[in-house]
Parts: sequence; C-alpha cells; structure tokens
Amino acid sequence: MRPPAPPLFLERRSYRQRRVRDAARLLPLLGVVLWLMPLMFAADGDPAPTSRAMIYIFGVWLGLIAAAAALTLGLDPATDDSAQPADTPETTADRPD
Amino acid sequence: MATMNILVAVCLAYVALLFGVAFLAERAARNGRGGWLSSPVVYTLSLSIYCTAWTFYGAVGYAARSGLEYLTIYLGPTLVMVGWWWGLRKLVRIGRTQRITSVADLISSRYGKSGALAVVVTLLAILGSTPYIALQLQSVTLSFAAFAGEDSLTPPFGDRNATAFWVAVGLALFTILFGTRNLDVNERHPGVVIAIALEAVVKLCALLAVGVFVVWGLAGGVPQMLARIDASALTAFQPDGGRWVALTFVSAAAFLTLPRMFQVLVVENADERHLRTASWAFPAYLMAMSLFVVPIAVTGLELMPAGSNPDLFVLTLPLSQGREGLAMLSFIGGFSSATSMVIVASIALSTMVSNHIVVPLWLWLRGDQEQGALGAPGAGGDLRQLVLLARRLSIAGVLALGYLYFRLSGGGAALAAIGLISFVAVAQFLPALLGGIFWRGATRTGALTGLCAGFVIWLYCLLLPSFGAGILPQAVLENGLFGLTWLRPEALFGIAGLDPLVHAILWSLGLNTLGFVIVSLASFPTPLERLQGAQFVNVFQHSQTAQGWSGGLAQTEDLMVMAQRILGPASAQDFFQAEAARQGLKGYLPEPTPEFLQRLERELAGSMGAATAHTMVAQSMGRAMVSVDDLMRVADETQQMIEYQGQLEVKSTELARTARQLRAANESLTQISVQKDAFLSQISHELRTPMTSIRAFSEILRDSGGMDEAARQKYAGIIHSEAIRLTRLLDDLLDLSVLENGQVSLNLREGRLSDVIDQAIAAATAAGTPLAIRRNPLAAAITLCTDLDRLVQVFINLIANAQKYCDAPRPELTIAVSVRRGRAIIDFVDNGKGVPRAQQEMIFQKFARVSDMKAGGAGLGLAICREIMARLGGTIAYLPGQGGGAFRVTLPLRAADTGPDRRPDRGPDHAVDLPAEPLV
Repeated sequence: MRPPAPPLFLERRSYRQRRVRDAARLLPLLGVVLWLMPLMFAADGDPAPTSRAMIYIFGVWLGLIAAAAALTLGLDPATDDSAQPADTPETTADRPD
Repeated sequence: MATMNILVAVCLAYVALLFGVAFLAERAARNGRGGWLSSPVVYTLSLSIYCTAWTFYGAVGYAARSGLEYLTIYLGPTLVMVGWWWGLRKLVRIGRTQRITSVADLISSRYGKSGALAVVVTLLAILGSTPYIALQLQSVTLSFAAFAGEDSLTPPFGDRNATAFWVAVGLALFTILFGTRNLDVNERHPGVVIAIALEAVVKLCALLAVGVFVVWGLAGGVPQMLARIDASALTAFQPDGGRWVALTFVSAAAFLTLPRMFQVLVVENADERHLRTASWAFPAYLMAMSLFVVPIAVTGLELMPAGSNPDLFVLTLPLSQGREGLAMLSFIGGFSSATSMVIVASIALSTMVSNHIVVPLWLWLRGDQEQGALGAPGAGGDLRQLVLLARRLSIAGVLALGYLYFRLSGGGAALAAIGLISFVAVAQFLPALLGGIFWRGATRTGALTGLCAGFVIWLYCLLLPSFGAGILPQAVLENGLFGLTWLRPEALFGIAGLDPLVHAILWSLGLNTLGFVIVSLASFPTPLERLQGAQFVNVFQHSQTAQGWSGGLAQTEDLMVMAQRILGPASAQDFFQAEAARQGLKGYLPEPTPEFLQRLERELAGSMGAATAHTMVAQSMGRAMVSVDDLMRVADETQQMIEYQGQLEVKSTELARTARQLRAANESLTQISVQKDAFLSQISHELRTPMTSIRAFSEILRDSGGMDEAARQKYAGIIHSEAIRLTRLLDDLLDLSVLENGQVSLNLREGRLSDVIDQAIAAATAAGTPLAIRRNPLAAAITLCTDLDRLVQVFINLIANAQKYCDAPRPELTIAVSVRRGRAIIDFVDNGKGVPRAQQEMIFQKFARVSDMKAGGAGLGLAICREIMARLGGTIAYLPGQGGGAFRVTLPLRAADTGPDRRPDRGPDHAVDLPAEPLV
C-alpha cells in the first residue's frame, strides 16, 4: 500500500513561504560574492583608499543585516518546523482544492 | 595613574557583580521565574563570547598592522549567522533532539557513539584552545602593565609572568565557582549565560565609548576621521586575496566548531526560534564591535609615540589624553572580554574531558574490577561527585596549559596571530561536522583519518613554529624534518612563497577533507553508525529512535540504581515515575521497552555525553541490539515509507499501551481471585480456631458437673481470652471497612513530624526484635497538620514490617525525611533483601503476604496503611532500587479534610469487597 503521491502545486501562501526560504538560503552566497569584490578594487593597479573600502564593506554588512531581519519577519514560525524536505508540501491543509 | 591595588579591587568588584547576577539568575530559574532568562536577546548577547580580548584589544593592533584584514574575522561568522537556514538550524535541532553536550559529543554521537573519536576531538579541542586562553592571559597582563605602569608592579605581581600566573589562578577559581557548583541534568547554565550577556553589554559599551571619543572627541567628526584614515600610515587598501579568503573561511568554520561557541550556540540554546533573532542581531553586534577599530588604530598610530604596542591602543589612547575614567571603562571592557571567554571555554572543555575521558576511563577500570558494578546498589562512590571533581580539575588544567603556552611563547606575539592558531586547530572539526550532518556516507574511520591528518599538519606547520626556535630546532624550520626540504614546516612539498598561515590552512584542511572523503568512500559503516547517520542527516524528517535496545532483558531496577547515581535520586525517580505513567503503569518501574530505554539513554546523554551513556546502558543491559526494524529503517530510503511506518508506529504504540494496561488489570484480578480463595480459607481458619476452643471448653463446663473450682476458673479464662481475640479481630475488620467506605472523620491536629516518628518508634520497638534505626531528627523537624494518630499507626506498621521481614544479620532501618513541593516525603529503607519485583505491586492489596512462613498476620497492615494515607491526601508506595526494602510515604504538609462521605480514589483491589482481618 502506497500513500498518495504529493500534489504538484502549492497554495499561494505556502508558495510564498518556500520562496522566502530560498531567499534565506541565497543570502549568505550574496554576502560572499559582495565581500569578495573588494579584492578587485586594486585590480587596475591603483589601490583604493581605505576609507572607501571601509564604507563599502560596512554598507554591505548593514544591507545583509537588514535583509536577514526582513526575511526573519517573513518566515512563518508555524511552518518553520518543516517536517518534509523542501520540495514536498508541508501538510494536507496546504494542498490546492 | 591608578595603582595596582585599585585595578585589582576593580576587577574583584566586577567579578563579584557577575557572580551576584549569575546567582540571582540561577535562583530565579530554579523558582520557575526564569522566563526572561531564555529570551532571544540573551541568546544573541551570549553569542558575543566570540568577541574576546582578541577583538577588544587585538583587532586594533591587527588593523594597525594589516589594515582592513581584521574584518575577515567578523565577516565569516556574519555569513554563518545570515545563512542560519543552511547549517545552524540543523545543528541546533540535532543538538536538541540528541541531547548533545559538546562538539566532541556531536561528532562521536554521529559516528556511532564512538569513544575514540570523542577522545581525539577532546584532545584537539584542548590543544587548540590553549593558545586562545594564553591570548586572554596575555591581554589582561598587558593591560595591567599598561594601566599601572611597568615600574609600579609590586609583589606578588613582581613581573609579567607573575601577573599572568595570578590572573590564571584567579580565573580558574572563578570558573570553578561559577560553572561547577552543581551538575545540571542537561548541561545548561542559566547563571553563566546571563553573566555572559551582561559582559557582552559591558564590552560593547566600553569599545563604543572609546570609539566615540576618538571620532568625535579627537578627530572632530566623521568626514575628518575619514580624511585622517586616508592620510594615515595605513595608506591604501591592498588586501592579500589569499589571506582574505582563507581567514574569512577559517573564522566561519571556527565560529561553528570552537568548543565555547558550540556551547552557547547549540548546548545552551533554550529555544530554536532564538536563532531567528540572532541571525540578524548577532551580525549587528559584530558590526558594532568592529566599527571603530580602524579609527582607533589610525588615531593611535598618529598620536602615540613610535614603538608603542598597537594591541593596547584602546587602553593607552584614552590614558595619554588624560581620560582616566574612559580608560578605566576600557580596562573593564577588556577584562570582561577575557573572563567571559575563559569561563565558557573552560566549562565547555571540562565537560568534554569529564564526559569523554574521565568517566569512560572510570567505567573501564571498574568494569575490570567487578563486572556489572554499576548495577549493584551501593557500589563505589557517587558518580556525580567524580564528574564534578573531574570538571574542576580539568578547568584548572586548561588554564595551566594556557599559562604554559604564555610562558613558552614569551608573551610577545601579536594577539591576532595567537588567536588564528587556535582558529585553524578547531577548524579541523569542520569536515567531520558538516560531513556528519549533510552526508550519510560519512564514516567513523573517515572522520578519524581526516581529523588526525589535519591535526598533525596543524601541529607541525602552525603550532610548533609559533614557539620560534624554542621547540622545533632552527634547522628543521629552515631545511625541513630530517633535512628533507619538502618537509619544511612553512613550505610543505616544496610549495614556498605562500603566507605561512594560508599555507597551514590549505594543507591541513585540504588533507583533512581529502582523507575524510576518501576513507569514508572506501570504508563501510557499522549498523549503529548508519542509524545515527540517518538520524543526523534527516533530523527534520524523523526525529525518533536511533537504535533499539533489546527490551525485556534489562532489569529496570538496575537501571534505576544507575540513573539515581548520575541524575541524582530526585530527578531519576521523577523520570522513572513519569515513564511508568506514560506506559500506563503505576509506581516507579516502567517496563524496559525499547522506547523507554531510548529516552533513558538520551536523558543520561544529557549529563554524560552520548558515547558514555550508551556504554552505561550497555553495561546494565548486557549489550546493545540493533533490531530488524531498525535495520529496515536504514535500508528503507524512501520518505513515504518512513512516514507511513510512523503512522503505524503511533497506532501500535497506542495498542501496546492499552494491551499493557489490560494485562496489568487482568493480572491484578487473577491475583485477587487467588487471594480471595486463600483468604476465605484463612479467615475461616482464624475464626474457627477460637470458636472451636470456646465450644469445646463450654461443652466441658456444661457436661462435667464435678469439676473443681481451679479447673473451672481455667476453662472460663480460656473461653474469655479466645472471645477477646475474636473481638479484636472483628474490631480491626471494622476499622478497615470504615476506612474504605470513607466514613471515618479525621482528627486534624498540628504537630511535629519528628514527634510522630518518635512515638511510632517507641511503640513498635517496645516488644519487638532489635532493630537499629538511623534517622536525622533535624530533617524531620517540620510541622504537619494532619491526623497524627493515624499517621503514627502507619509508621508503626512500617517499622514493625521492617522488624519482621528484614533478613539482614544486623537489621537496620533508615528513616529519611524531605520536603518537596509542599509535600513531606518520608522514606523507610531497611538493609534486607527487599520485596521481590513480582510482588511489589501486590503487597498493598488486602490479604497479601510476601512469605507464608514468617507472617504473623493475615496481611492487612499495608492495605490499612494505604487507606489511611489516601484519606490523609497522601500516598504510600514501594520504592525500588534502594538496596533493600523501601517504602515511601508522601503527604501534604496541611491535610484538607475530605469529609466522611467522600470515598478516596480506589485501586482495582477494591473490586472484591470482602471482610478483612486485623492488623498484625
């Protein structure tokens, strides 16, 4: 006896939750890329002044903090407890009618 | 300038403040008012032990030497926190479901609860933390010297070494007092966490205050500051790409694997949701900590005389400007950074040492001496005392090692350089850790190989060269080991020209990962490893059992004896009682089902670590079994199947519980039926004997006329005494019947428990066999409001039972009194054989007797006791696992009269309502 196969599409709200989680996963990668950029500042041979590098790095930092905080607000604590892998719907309640 | 004495006084006052805060927090937590203690804010602040004296003093020095590179140390952790959804969330969930106590415990638990792996990780963690602790000692010592002036150092602070020594001693004492006052069941220390949170605020405020002073006080505003930065000796931003990437990576790794970070991130985490707040709040904290570092460094380079130590600019800059108050704040901030790091690091390390080295060693030694010593009641000392002692000694040991490193390295190196050596050491855990939680194919041998390879390379390429020519001879440094140039510590395999740090990171982590992956691919895991692997990797899918114990073989009582020694009697008894209730049974002994043993092992793991807990249960149980079901679970990879199986399991658990209850009820009924028959014959016999003699002697009196006066007197006397015996029998039957029907009204009075016990002892021992009674009258000096006469009756019965049934050569009865949650608990424990397991349920039922030959009565004493206790709002129960017969009486300190018409709650034995027999 096999349990019924999971439905293919999700309700709008759960769909949004998924995408917020995707964003939460991608955010550190964005941070890595942005913080590797300063290495290229000096690539054209003329080193950048420290103050500009500082403003850039701290600016990225602030942006990451704000983005992380915003994502935390968007993540629903109720579905945080994902009992299933990311690509199957959480509960029957989330299935489309 | 402040004198040494003032500095010491300030430090002591600060430490006393921390201690007070921790004490109050722990008391609040104990009294259940500690909700605010586990808030996301406190959690976030506690993470700030990442920022040690290295950050507080060393970051400025680092910036003065290498410009913006110091930021990498904070960028790595920021990325980890922002990416919490990837790794941290899983780590925290695993930590909570598996009751993980340390990073060594996590790795050993994942790889089949391997003891060897736990030892390797523990040793590596100790060695890796040593330079880090030395760093804290060095910074506190330097700040003392800078503040008070080198020449004002007075005995016992004769020179820097002596100062460092006294700082180490002070910190060791402080940590021992702080962290090992008691052995917590789940390794949480609410008091320590709240103190750390306070220190986080102190050091942040101190650093910000200095920063604000520098930017607005000295430079005159932000634009002017930026101009000064560009004009300073730091000149342009030209980062070394290799170091930039390698340091960011190593700091991210160390953030996860440093023992103290693991302690606050995972072990002390009280709620997974706190991670959500910390994911943005902690990066904000890090940013605030590093914001003013460059301005301070630039201003320091500008204003301070050439050659002054840039590591101390945070302190010396305000001093040189005559800001004594600000300098004092900065000094406290630095002191606070150092103490919080040392406290948590040594608590974490001492937990690892005691759980993974001392206790297993002790178990192994004991196992050699006497097989199954754990199961035997009263064997050896208290394990908890051993664990506490081991922790205290290892805290002292860890600080001693730190001091040793400080002496050996000469105390002259830059703070950041020392800290990075530690980071690279603990980063070696990363492949095994990440592989363990994301890759099911990772094996124990793979992890062991990788760790050892990384460890050896770290030792050879980074730690030993850090002592200069002190330990590695100059020849080895320059020409390689055995003169082989491809073995030069800073240019392995002939790859020269790399920065020594990047070189060491590359080779150690590279070969570590390579060894880990290749050996994992080539080796085959044990069943337990595969089960644990599935548990860890799929923690969000199924957080249930890891491995099965073969139930039924275990003697639950042995397990209880063991658990009492580890968790403490009160928690262990509560746990066993709750487990029995979960199975639908009464009393303290649940059936040894695999689920129960699972939970017990996890409970023990919270105190001892997974590997040790596994060994201990294994010793009591015989051996661990991996059941067919468990193997099925490993073999069965599909999610649907597991889910489906989960549903079935829930149902079958429910069925099993109902079946157990039915079986218990059925057994009880059968026994009662047997007892009823036995009682009927007994009561007939008891009633018939006096009746027979009364009839016989009255017939003699009636029929024989010529009887002399003496004989007549004698026969009448016999009839009279037999009639009295009958009356007494009937009186007691009536007593029980009245109690059972709840028609008795209680005579509530106030009195002292010790008086009640005195009275009972006096009455019971007046004419009985000799019995030594051990008691503590002081503990019993509590006031009760209850029916004292009835209580005396119960105690007399229990003491008389001990007199009758205790079969020790020198019978001894211990009466222990305690008060918990408004209820008095009185334990009567004798040193005999106790009541056999099978009969513990039965003895409180009417007419039950343990042995036929010894009993003087019909077995109603305990049944009456139970009725009395129920009427007084209390209970009486057999307490297993105390090394003899033991009864526990509990009753409320103030009884409420339930009124004569309300029947107390009754057990199944009341199903058969029979006349009863008297007390013995």
